[in-house]
Amino acid sequence: MIWDWAFAFEILPVLGRAAIVTIEATLLGFVIAALLGLVLAVVRIAVPWTGWTISVLIELIRSTPLLIQIFFLYFVLPKFGVVLDAFTAGVFAIGIHYAAYCSEVYRAGFDNIHRGQWEAAIALNLSSWTTFKDIIIPQAIPPIVPALGNYLVALFKETPLLSAIAVLELMQTAKIIGSETFRYTEPMTLVGLFFLAMSLVSAALIRSLEGVLNRRTMR
Amino acid sequence: MGIGTLVGMLVAALVVIGMLATQEAYSLFLPGLLQGAVLTIEIALLGSLLAIVMGVLAALARMYGPAPLRWLATVYVEIFRGTSALVQLFWLFFVLPQFGVTLDAFLVAVLALGLNVGAYGSEVVRGAIQSVARGQWEAATALNMSRAQMLRRIILPQAFVAMIPPWGNLFIELLKSTALVSLITLSDLAFKAQQMNQNTFKTIPIFTLVLLIYLAMSLVLTIGMRLLERRASLGLARGRAA
Repeated sequence: MIWDWAFAFEILPVLGRAAIVTIEATLLGFVIAALLGLVLAVVRIAVPWTGWTISVLIELIRSTPLLIQIFFLYFVLPKFGVVLDAFTAGVFAIGIHYAAYCSEVYRAGFDNIHRGQWEAAIALNLSSWTTFKDIIIPQAIPPIVPALGNYLVALFKETPLLSAIAVLELMQTAKIIGSETFRYTEPMTLVGLFFLAMSLVSAALIRSLEGVLNRRTMR
Repeated sequence: MGIGTLVGMLVAALVVIGMLATQEAYSLFLPGLLQGAVLTIEIALLGSLLAIVMGVLAALARMYGPAPLRWLATVYVEIFRGTSALVQLFWLFFVLPQFGVTLDAFLVAVLALGLNVGAYGSEVVRGAIQSVARGQWEAATALNMSRAQMLRRIILPQAFVAMIPPWGNLFIELLKSTALVSLITLSDLAFKAQQMNQNTFKTIPIFTLVLLIYLAMSLVLTIGMRLLERRASLGLARGRAA
């Protein structure tokens, strides 16, 4: 008997509860990534001398594995007196990792703003804060929403890494069920199907969002 | 980021590793970590090869294959892009044996990472082929070439240049994903780090070295792909002028 439906239905509620943790981690991680990424991209433009430092920092974050960064926050920070619980450390690691990717997306968005918009803002004597808040960001964000959406999906698919520091998310729960019952087929397959379903749904959502945004900006 | 800055970062990373290696607190861990890094590189190389093969095959099957093959390739791409790499790794490692197929951990690692990145790669290949100007297809048709001839002689050599930067990003992703194989008992760089950390609790030196080693490997890869890109596009420019 390779696939046991009764067992699959029995573990479904447990996995369902764990899925909530996965989704929480995804959303919190993405909020950090989106905000921190925006801050990095804005600071890079607003304070020119930070440009080099920020690009080296981004390259450092993007060139090393997320798993090691998760370990780093979880195991190394306590040595400096900062003790984070596994969930917090994991969410921060994921958020910071993806902030590096998101900041490049924002940068592309800012680069696409017509030069005249910056010049007009200077001519109107707007502060750089007002320029960003009222002129640049409202124009730069809509075209990059699909790209950010893709990173949301990518981030979502990285959350199983949190199982490595024993966060009780979907993957960890599936592993525990597997090691307790010696049946890995059902939990692992269900986890895979969950990710597949969520990814396909979000890909479809992003595509329709793209359509809406295109219609609005193509005047 | 310019190639000069990347080379500068690589040199800086190597110098820092070298400097740390003179201190006993660090030099203690370096041989073991480098040993792990060798396995990481092996998996990354074999995985990349598999990814290229799968990427090209899946793209060609999706674009030109007969219906069943097209359908199969689409399912492959959607499944491997739609679920996470770790899930795929665990599925091959824990679930496949229950169907009577037991692969050793190294093979599972190469298969899972190669198939995963290959699925993303197939979209890269597809995009690059589609980006070749229409006139090239029409000219090849006018010259009475068969489709295989067109692809081999006209389209793929031009698509190749457009493929290099996105494949470079995918290879970096694959290199970073190799850290996952530590979770299926392979003693790669990440595994060695965790093992040493559990034995000695010398967390700071171990993870600092590990980050630096991964950084150096990624930078070598990035620089290599940049050079390849430069060379390939040079060739194309010369070809056009002739």
